[in-house]
Amino acid sequence: MSRIEKRFESLRNSGRKGLIPFITAGDPVTDITVPLMHAMVDAGADLIELGIPFSDPMADGPVIQKANQRALSHGTSLHDVIEMVKQFREKDEATPVLFMGYLNPVEAMGYEEFADAAQQAGVDGLLLVDLPPEEASEFNELLYQRDIDPVYLLAPTSTPQRMEIVSLEARGFVYYVSIRGVTGSAALDYDEVRQSISEIRQHTSLPVGVGFGINSPESAVRIGESADAVVIGSAIVRMMENYGGEKQIVINAVSDFLRGVREALDTSSQA
Amino acid sequence: MATATVAARLGLEGVVYMGADDIERQAPNVYRMKLLGASVVAVESGSRTLKDALNEAMRDWVTNVEDTFYIIGTVAGPHPYPAMVRDFQSIIGREAREQILQQAGRLPDALVACVGGGSNAIGLFHPFIDDESVEMYGVEAAGDGLETNHHAAPLCKGRVGVLHGNRTYLMEDANGQITETHSISAGLDYPGVGPEHAWLKDSGRANYVAVSDSEAMQGFHDITRLEGIIPALESSHAIAYAQKLAAIIGTDGIMIVNLSGRGDKDIQTIAKIEGVEI
Repeated sequence: MSRIEKRFESLRNSGRKGLIPFITAGDPVTDITVPLMHAMVDAGADLIELGIPFSDPMADGPVIQKANQRALSHGTSLHDVIEMVKQFREKDEATPVLFMGYLNPVEAMGYEEFADAAQQAGVDGLLLVDLPPEEASEFNELLYQRDIDPVYLLAPTSTPQRMEIVSLEARGFVYYVSIRGVTGSAALDYDEVRQSISEIRQHTSLPVGVGFGINSPESAVRIGESADAVVIGSAIVRMMENYGGEKQIVINAVSDFLRGVREALDTSSQA
Repeated sequence: MATATVAARLGLEGVVYMGADDIERQAPNVYRMKLLGASVVAVESGSRTLKDALNEAMRDWVTNVEDTFYIIGTVAGPHPYPAMVRDFQSIIGREAREQILQQAGRLPDALVACVGGGSNAIGLFHPFIDDESVEMYGVEAAGDGLETNHHAAPLCKGRVGVLHGNRTYLMEDANGQITETHSISAGLDYPGVGPEHAWLKDSGRANYVAVSDSEAMQGFHDITRLEGIIPALESSHAIAYAQKLAAIIGTDGIMIVNLSGRGDKDIQTIAKIEGVEI
């Protein structure tokens, strides 16, 4: 059983909703990432989604685009990101880490070399935006063998056929994109999200995480009414823009925000 | 231009994403698109050229996918765009093949076309692919020179990777990050190339070469003065290589060079480079 599966199982058993913060590795500086990951766990994160910086983040809105540029400006590579997870694992064996990114850096490293290095470092899942499930079967075999869960996006526009393909290839959980568009944009339509999730559940027994557009405790609670976990990205990454050299200030700001979301989620699931 | 034109013709809203640097370099085309009623969005992210415009157009598309059709003028991007654009562009090669057979009574010895994304080149090449005696030359932009890294020649100097939904040759660093390109011509200033060109390169059916900014400028002047044709800077790359190839093929040889665009749009760029005020 992978770390992601274990985490969702324990969430289900305790009747809680998963909280998944997203940060871009190496944003804004290299040595903030690991302490930030630990701080987010302390603030109530159940799983950490770590962005692999890429020069052309096509699925991302302006906030995360800039985060990618900041991380690349001092040369954060996929090797560096894997190394960060290795460091994180020195103190945290339990919290799953999901890599999110684009195919080309993985392609450049080589599929097998990546899979080995990611497994050794303690990476638990991989979401590559521009590797569609139809093209991923071979790579996924390498990942399954190493207990790394391939995670796929489903969108409001996904057809039943696509949900079926994703349900065959995906492990860990399914990531539902709650809006039409890129990360951090537009307003959420909670009814549509609820309907889509119930449709997705007809195709897969995997837990459903929802992201893109959740930016407050209130929106997290509304989404948590139907999802198993909420992903918060741009709202956190935006806090990095204020970085002025004091790492602890940014880390505290992210922690305070996440604590607020955690409390709201827990209060509402007890109610 | 084609998108703005078709949007005007069909009464549709046209939104054109263009790198901020290219808007500057292609000011006359931008003005024409605006006359046609299109809104031209300047893309400030990344290298502010074609690849960043592609990223931004895709972001718009996924946001407005219910009522928006995505159009790309080159043979790169996710399937079925490379195949669709090739099929449309193939009219170039079909007509060229028919005309050369009529006028010369035989197939040409060589085809020459510039390659950025590679649409005009694949359009010329495709109907000749089975004519094994016809050599094909795709000419990439060597910019300041292939040895400098200031170029846009993924087929000559790149590696295979995945960008914009296709696996092809790319300009990228060891970590798989797409690197910035340089070419005097906006249309060739792209770090990828249509996947069919990657296949023609690997199969050996086509040859890919590169000419520098200054060679292209010389080609531009030569054909302007000798033929009375003012070519686009993109096409000037094909001309510059055709001049080299002509020396090998000889006076009995037949070569088709694709003049993919007019140079009107580049007049300001050329004048600026040569220090001429217009």
